[in-house]
Amino acid sequence: MYKYYESGFKSQALSIKDKFYNINFGYVFCIMLLAGIGVLCLYSAAGGKWMPWAWPQFVRFSIGFGLMLALTLVDIKYYLKFAYISYFLVLLLLIAVEVGGHVGMGAQRWIDLKIFKIQPSELMKITMVLMLAKYFHGCTLNKIESLRGLVAPALMALFPAALIILQPDLGTALMLMFTTMAIFFVVGVQWWKFALLGGGAAVLAPIAWQFLHDYQKNRVLTFLNPERDPLGAGYHIIQSKIALGSGGVFGKGFLNGTQSHLNFLPEKHTDFIFTMWSEEFGMMGGALVILLNLILIVYGYLFAFRVTSYFGKLVIIGLNTNYFLYVFINIAMVLGLLPVVGVPLPLISYGGTVMLSVMASFGIILCMDVNRNINLGRSSFGDD
Amino acid sequence: MNRDNDKGKVLLQRLSILTIGSILCVFLLIGRVYYLQVLQAEKYKMLADENRIATRMLIPPRGVIYDRNGEILASNEQNFQALIVAEQAANIDETLSKFKELMPLTPEEETKIREEIKAKRKFVPVKLKDNLTWEEVSKLQLNAPDMPGVIIDEGLNRSYPLGNYTAHFLGYVGAVSDTDLKDTDPLLMVPGFKIGKAGLEKFYESRLRGLGGNVKLEVNALGRVMQEIERSRGVEGENIYLTIDSRLQKVAQDAFGDNSGAAVVMDVHSGEILAFVSVPSFDPNLFTTGIGSKEWNELLTNPKKPLTNKAISGQYSPGSTFKIVVALAGLEAGVIRPDTQFNCTGVMQLGNHLFHCWRHSGHGPQNVVEALKNSCDIFFYQVAMELGIEKIAAMARRLGLGEKTGITLDHEREGLIPDEAWKLKRFGTKWQKGESVIAGIGQGYVLVTPLQLATMLSRVVNGGYEVSPTFQKLNLKEKDKIRKLAISKNNIDIVKRGMFEVVNGEHGTAMGARFNINGMKMGGKTGTTQVRRISLQERRSGIIKDEDLPWNLRNHALFVGFAPYENPRYAVAVVVEHGSSGSGVAAPIASKILQEALKLDIK
Repeated sequence: MYKYYESGFKSQALSIKDKFYNINFGYVFCIMLLAGIGVLCLYSAAGGKWMPWAWPQFVRFSIGFGLMLALTLVDIKYYLKFAYISYFLVLLLLIAVEVGGHVGMGAQRWIDLKIFKIQPSELMKITMVLMLAKYFHGCTLNKIESLRGLVAPALMALFPAALIILQPDLGTALMLMFTTMAIFFVVGVQWWKFALLGGGAAVLAPIAWQFLHDYQKNRVLTFLNPERDPLGAGYHIIQSKIALGSGGVFGKGFLNGTQSHLNFLPEKHTDFIFTMWSEEFGMMGGALVILLNLILIVYGYLFAFRVTSYFGKLVIIGLNTNYFLYVFINIAMVLGLLPVVGVPLPLISYGGTVMLSVMASFGIILCMDVNRNINLGRSSFGDD
Repeated sequence: MNRDNDKGKVLLQRLSILTIGSILCVFLLIGRVYYLQVLQAEKYKMLADENRIATRMLIPPRGVIYDRNGEILASNEQNFQALIVAEQAANIDETLSKFKELMPLTPEEETKIREEIKAKRKFVPVKLKDNLTWEEVSKLQLNAPDMPGVIIDEGLNRSYPLGNYTAHFLGYVGAVSDTDLKDTDPLLMVPGFKIGKAGLEKFYESRLRGLGGNVKLEVNALGRVMQEIERSRGVEGENIYLTIDSRLQKVAQDAFGDNSGAAVVMDVHSGEILAFVSVPSFDPNLFTTGIGSKEWNELLTNPKKPLTNKAISGQYSPGSTFKIVVALAGLEAGVIRPDTQFNCTGVMQLGNHLFHCWRHSGHGPQNVVEALKNSCDIFFYQVAMELGIEKIAAMARRLGLGEKTGITLDHEREGLIPDEAWKLKRFGTKWQKGESVIAGIGQGYVLVTPLQLATMLSRVVNGGYEVSPTFQKLNLKEKDKIRKLAISKNNIDIVKRGMFEVVNGEHGTAMGARFNINGMKMGGKTGTTQVRRISLQERRSGIIKDEDLPWNLRNHALFVGFAPYENPRYAVAVVVEHGSSGSGVAAPIASKILQEALKLDIK
């Protein structure tokens, strides 16, 4: 079925039709299934109504699906070409938000374009991956293993993360850092450097603690002991566990979740949507969502294995790890394994920005996979 | 270029680790889901139910109290109240001002309502006004469209249709206080639950209350009720029938007019209380609907003490009514015989002390029947002196004086029957003979309650059966259990004869109160007791006439009576505080009561 092209020094562009045939439809099917579950959840969260969440979510998914296809069919060379530029553009947006946010009222995380809102921190997750992939694509292993070679990418990753922490959006910043570290890890940065970083973090943690906002400190303390404040900060996690546990193996039935529909469960349409789903469909439902996500994630890494170009591998690893972090942090959070950090469950939680951002990621991953046999030279940008 | 291959190899190695790590992380999630939803499911199911199910107690209707003929003495009345639900009111200010046009609110009431609306959740009803009349309810309902948010709710209020006629034995219900919480019935925790606070409402509390039902409601996180899950009805309180005859009760109480005092009417064979009066009384309905501080202060400061139950808490010198006891004791002890005479010269000397008869000119020779009829003091001085206090006290106690009757009401007093041991203990001095003399006419230390007097008279006229007062009808078995006192029938008949003469004999002290209903006549004994000490000086210069004294220094007026004489059924004891004259004030009241009892022919 697949068409193979000789990887030579001269890469051959595929036709749209070829690219289309190269799309992994199993992967796309999983995405559609998860989004379908999301729409069902939002229908239930609104008490069995299409508004105010399920229908808009469906519309956004449709737009996101178009975006994904478009990004899949874009010529792979452009990702390499515009990797740095897009990174700096988004960095400028982040700075703009930071400055604007301070001028305006309170913390602002988005730029309002009237028709829709751009959250630069979401865009940064993608452009950061592209930027790092391009950087390491052009590096020798010697350079990667030297300290000198790591200074530039580390700074380029830390600066936007710091801006995002200041917003303050600890969850997104942490995801950005973990994604960065995953890329650093796969490109071959030595183990001892990670050990050193871990040791340094352990030493610096008490100092960093001082700089956390009170609500962030509360979240961490409450995570460590939810009973500390059962009506305040611990309320979310306690009610989430009650909702999940009471769902049992087969759940209470669609639209019958008592914890969700009697409003004991907060944020049931956003961060705690997995809880609501699991209350109504039990462990069977919960496991289904987790397994579909596992399939997506494993697909992603398998793409990374089979893609020829180093740049393509890194882009897939970065974006796929980012998606994995979304899923893992959200579900671990509602299961009481991680503090409540405000990370939504992609494809399922209500919210336009995350929907568009993950659909864009899937598009880029698919693009890398579709062009899996195209070799991009280390020093060249593919054309020469 | 060699290292470029290495670069690719390193990547594949590290990617493998990352992939496996991610898969392990996801399995960790599945394990956690299994732990929560399978291993801990039961625990969390329980917690979820605790969250969503709120159990509310349902107050069972309190038992109704009836009189012996089935007339309602205490029942539950629908109480309509106007409530406001903030979330249903488009504009609270508009609704309130419209409401005020129909039903004026004081500024204090309005601020209280506004504060409550602010403090409570939007769907929780707040009381605007309760105890609405039918008229007010229909007025509000007519204007309901103009007052969105105002709803009318009904509850149950305890009501006493006979008002102040029944206050002193029924008591009343009130809000649960801390002292009531020894009772662990969860009903007591229900807001608005009322409990018997006094009288028979308190004594029969456990029977009247019933068993609380409950309703399980599904509530949301804010506490709003979503639906009813199940309801158990509970058990209604038991209805209770009393021995009171409300017709007689009304006549008895009305007979007192503005006087202060007490009266008890008993069935002499069973001790069943047919009427139980303490005046002035109060309206217990005021306590349910809320009594104003002005009215409350009036009750507290009224010199006639409307809140005191004088029939059991009032202790009075029995005066000449005690002569019944002394005469019977004398006859039983053999100190006197029916024909024993003492000569009354109006005064008797004992040591260097003079004891006067109420009739200064004296009664001349008197036997026991004549002495009772004329209430001759000298005769009873002599009898008492010869009997001694111990024998008088013993007879008094057998007839039910000097100890609580055991009536099922709070605040009953014992009265006082003195004896030598009591005096020694109380004052540390020996009993004096002169004190026996004084006790012989029911003065000095002797104190009785009106209920004790009625009991005493019943025991005498029923032929010496030891009846005790009760508000509950006796069954046959209980009636059989009544013991007979070892008192000779002949002696009882002599005393009864004396009491017949008091009312029906020529110049008997209570002849003004006599009646004859189809041959049925009354017997009885008057008593007039001083509440002040008359000084020697006053005695010389002439005793001030009672009607010239201020009310609270006038003599108490007493009368104990029974009817019909031939075959006694009813006994009555009447005490009129500061009524001046037993014959002139108390006897006519007793007469009126007994006539009514005979006419009613109470079953």
